[in-house]
Amino acid sequence: MNNDKIEQILNEHQGQAGALIKVMMEIQEENKWLPREVLVQISEKLEVPLSRVLRIATFYKTFSLTPKGSYQINICTGTACQVRGAQQVLDKVQELTGIKPGETDPDSKFSLETVNCQGCCSLGPLVEIDGKAHGKTAPDEIADALKKI
Amino acid sequence: MSEIIIQIDGREIAADEGMTVLQAAQKAGISIPTLCYLETLEPYGACRLCSVEVEVRGRTNLVAACLYPVEKDLIVRTRTEKVDRIRKVILELLLAHAPEARGLQMQEYAEEYGADKNRYEKEPSFCIQCGLCVRYCAEIKKKNAICFVNKGPTREIQFIPEIASKECWNCTECFPLCPTEYLQGVFVLTKALAFPANPMGPTSAE
Repeated sequence: MNNDKIEQILNEHQGQAGALIKVMMEIQEENKWLPREVLVQISEKLEVPLSRVLRIATFYKTFSLTPKGSYQINICTGTACQVRGAQQVLDKVQELTGIKPGETDPDSKFSLETVNCQGCCSLGPLVEIDGKAHGKTAPDEIADALKKI
Repeated sequence: MSEIIIQIDGREIAADEGMTVLQAAQKAGISIPTLCYLETLEPYGACRLCSVEVEVRGRTNLVAACLYPVEKDLIVRTRTEKVDRIRKVILELLLAHAPEARGLQMQEYAEEYGADKNRYEKEPSFCIQCGLCVRYCAEIKKKNAICFVNKGPTREIQFIPEIASKECWNCTECFPLCPTEYLQGVFVLTKALAFPANPMGPTSAE
């Protein structure tokens, strides 16, 4: 956890209750997840009740209260990707990483998530690895991409 | 403050500007059932049991009486067939979560509106999400020791151990507000599982 960076984000917005979601998103981006101590820090620095920080942290899917791996793999299981074989891709990724959707591997390297339609159905099955989209993926192709990491 | 004349169930009623339909009705002795409403708290509009039909310039609409402000020439109907049916279904849905809820006159309302607590499959969460405890703690006590977490079907109340372990021992004022005993259950569970050391109470230092 990069404490200096988190400290810096918090100091920039000290006392600004309105910047709560922005601050949380920046820390999420930086740290990949929001540990409890950080939530308490946010609440103190921004002068927002901890109850509101918790409510917002549990409301939005963007925020994770559990540790995440350094590579986030999102596999689209929307209807079009499903038809184009997302399940086979998902099976392959599960086999290679050893984790199920919603989990993170013990080395904190990969986090796997299934997501709904990403809006580019013609590229299905779509796999997103750390924000980079891989279109028309075949199970072998995605295996290569994962091995390169 | 200027007075506004509105019509509730055929009666002309004088209300002050800024009042809600519910307040005007209560002032005139017309009862509208409520669950999540508490005079000392800000209106919340969560339970929708206070739904009434309002007519403005010939258009009728269903609104929550606890939030809807009075306005000139407003016509309110509190017991139409439609309103009664809506209240019945609301009660049935809530009773599926908390079938034995004793507080907030839930059983009395259920009888009045003919709500069948066995109509929907039971999902005993024992919380009707009225938010009374959460709002009481935030607005009156200003401690924010309890909050809602998650969303949709998994939304639930949660004590924040860091705050609750300091503040809740001598307060517990939210307990009688809860229509079920779920709140106390959550507190006991939080106390047992998540309170920092010294489970028997606050230390002398606190």
